[in-house]
Amino acid sequence: MSESVDSAGRPGGEARGQDVQDVQDVQEQEQARVEDQGAAAAEAATSGWRSRLSGVGEIRNIGLVLVLVVLAIIGVATSENFATTDNLRNILVSASVVGVVSVGMTFVIIGGGIDLSVGAIVALASVWATTLATQSYGPWVMILCALAVGAGTGLVNGLLIAYGRLVPFIVTLAMLVSARGLAARMANNRTQLVTQQRIKQIATADVVGVPVLVIVLAVVAVVGWLLLNRTTFGRRTIAIGGNAEAARLAGIDVKRTTATLYLLSGICCGIAAVMIIARTTTGSSTHGNLYELQAIAAVIIGGTLLSGGRGTIVGSILGVLVFQTITNIFVLNNLATEVQNIANGLIIVAAVLLQRRATRDVST
Amino acid sequence: MNRNLDPSTSFTMGRRRLLLGAGAIGGAALLTACTGNDSNDGSTSANVNAGGSSDNAAAGKEVTIGFSAPAADHGWIAAITTNAKAQADQYEDVTLNAVEGSNDVNQQISQVETLISQKVNVLVILPFDGQALTEVAIKAMDAGIPVINLDRIFASPRGSRAWIGGDNYGMGAAAGLYIVEQMKAKGVTNPIIGEVQGIANLPLTQERTKGFNEALAAAGMKVSNRVSAEFTVESGQQVTANLLQAAPKLDAVWNHDDDQGVGVLAAIDQAGRKEFIMVGGAGSKNAMQLIKDDTSVLKCTVTYPPSMASDAINLARLVGQEKGMGDLVEKEIPASITLASATVTKENVDKYLPLGFAS
Repeated sequence: MSESVDSAGRPGGEARGQDVQDVQDVQEQEQARVEDQGAAAAEAATSGWRSRLSGVGEIRNIGLVLVLVVLAIIGVATSENFATTDNLRNILVSASVVGVVSVGMTFVIIGGGIDLSVGAIVALASVWATTLATQSYGPWVMILCALAVGAGTGLVNGLLIAYGRLVPFIVTLAMLVSARGLAARMANNRTQLVTQQRIKQIATADVVGVPVLVIVLAVVAVVGWLLLNRTTFGRRTIAIGGNAEAARLAGIDVKRTTATLYLLSGICCGIAAVMIIARTTTGSSTHGNLYELQAIAAVIIGGTLLSGGRGTIVGSILGVLVFQTITNIFVLNNLATEVQNIANGLIIVAAVLLQRRATRDVST
Repeated sequence: MNRNLDPSTSFTMGRRRLLLGAGAIGGAALLTACTGNDSNDGSTSANVNAGGSSDNAAAGKEVTIGFSAPAADHGWIAAITTNAKAQADQYEDVTLNAVEGSNDVNQQISQVETLISQKVNVLVILPFDGQALTEVAIKAMDAGIPVINLDRIFASPRGSRAWIGGDNYGMGAAAGLYIVEQMKAKGVTNPIIGEVQGIANLPLTQERTKGFNEALAAAGMKVSNRVSAEFTVESGQQVTANLLQAAPKLDAVWNHDDDQGVGVLAAIDQAGRKEFIMVGGAGSKNAMQLIKDDTSVLKCTVTYPPSMASDAINLARLVGQEKGMGDLVEKEIPASITLASATVTKENVDKYLPLGFAS
């Protein structure tokens, strides 16, 4: 894995090993400095001569912005209803739920893991938060409940992976199956209607014309961006994803950070569950179907390496927007779903190719 | 449960660990209390028939019926399973051997094989995919076990003694006719009609759309915007939100399925649209209640009744006891029964409300 990372134009594998060796020598003296260097090593591994990851990230996202521009041109050319305020609002709102899930997924993938259970966790949280018992305590308890279920299941994933030393793919696959099963059992295979008016209003409310759901996505994305780019936790995450062993030798608590990543992803699922409850006015074990694939696809076309160590939040959000815009254009033009799926597949390949070209231009 | 779960709301104070622990325990207590789902109106959950008009109701030969259906992952299928069990409970001479539902055809085949080897007297099968289950159904028939094919039809008539199911074409046609009628009453000559399908590649969806199209075409109308959802609330909401953007003004919408209809209505609500009429499909309790209340755009639903599972159990019992249907002259039950799709509107909703299933 690390070899493919290395080829992106950094000084070379040996140099990084040297870094880590040096770092080890001074380990007792200055913990903070060590972590900085560990992260710096990983950064060097991913972005070559650029020291500020965000700067490179923006350039890398150009490919995706281009795709969006092309889509927008197609949209305007084929339908007079595309460039209306209502429709653009609709695209953003539609993107908001998967968008929030994708932010959590970005962290997990940058940290070298994968979370297949996101859709199932959304379903479980949506069901748990809409049982008659939960609804009887009012909207705040419903929201708290969804967040707690998301955080709880995410933490179980994280603990099993980090401390139980199990493969993320298997643990989250098991969670995918069992969380959806538990959701179906709890809901008794029924769709649970929401009677709390204030929860339903989340879907329609706006602040100076911006829908609350879009604001939620924006807040989650900004917090995610800050966490990834401006905190030690973010740098540790990148370091672990780049090379877990080097990160461990650099004195980073790999287990704790890894567990936290899945906890974060779970919390994002909890937030998404509240949003979907408001959108659909229901809780159901069928909610969040295939979110794991939508989120992974968005994260990957957003420029995050599937093997970890590199990625941006902005890219993931753009990725979600690309898929949502395609869906929208297809419906506006009255085209069948199966054609849309073919187009989605082509877009994934095209975006990744564009992405790679943009990256190469930057590094050479 | 107590409402004073202070620990969970006061993370900001000191002693983080202690509070985290207390919060976790409080959270766990809260979550446990939140799993309850008991409702007071669980009385109308199953449609049963206490017995026919003839002496068929009287206890006869003991019959063991094997029952296999897809996983109850949405309201309609859940109602199928509930109805079958409830109907079997009505008879002292019937033992129902229902296997756990599965959406994996492979697994359903082995479940039916297990039922064959258990030597049940009659089989009732709602296949996940009729084509895929045909061979094992023929195997059962060859082993001398009559099969009642419920709804999704086998590829060969050799696979079943009798078929009973809904009328997908008729359902679409009924929805189309209602819309034509309403448009004519309103004097709309060239209406803009939207259609929200279920899963597009299922034969049943294509039949429904065919019926709908042909009924509209007969009156010179056509569907202008068609989208397909996946029978789930979420997909219904998602595609409808986009559909409403594609058509800034609509006159009528037909949604194939009331389960996904909850999401369709949510999207319509959120867009603040009410200039059109909507027709539902299948006939859930929730949809019928909305029609009765007459407060939403939903004015009608065309039924595809899950009570057919109760009928199938009745047929299986009669086959097992070698009896015919009471009101018919024949000594055997018919080989094929197609249920009519009823058009439920505000006028007749009270009659159908008891048959509505919880979505």
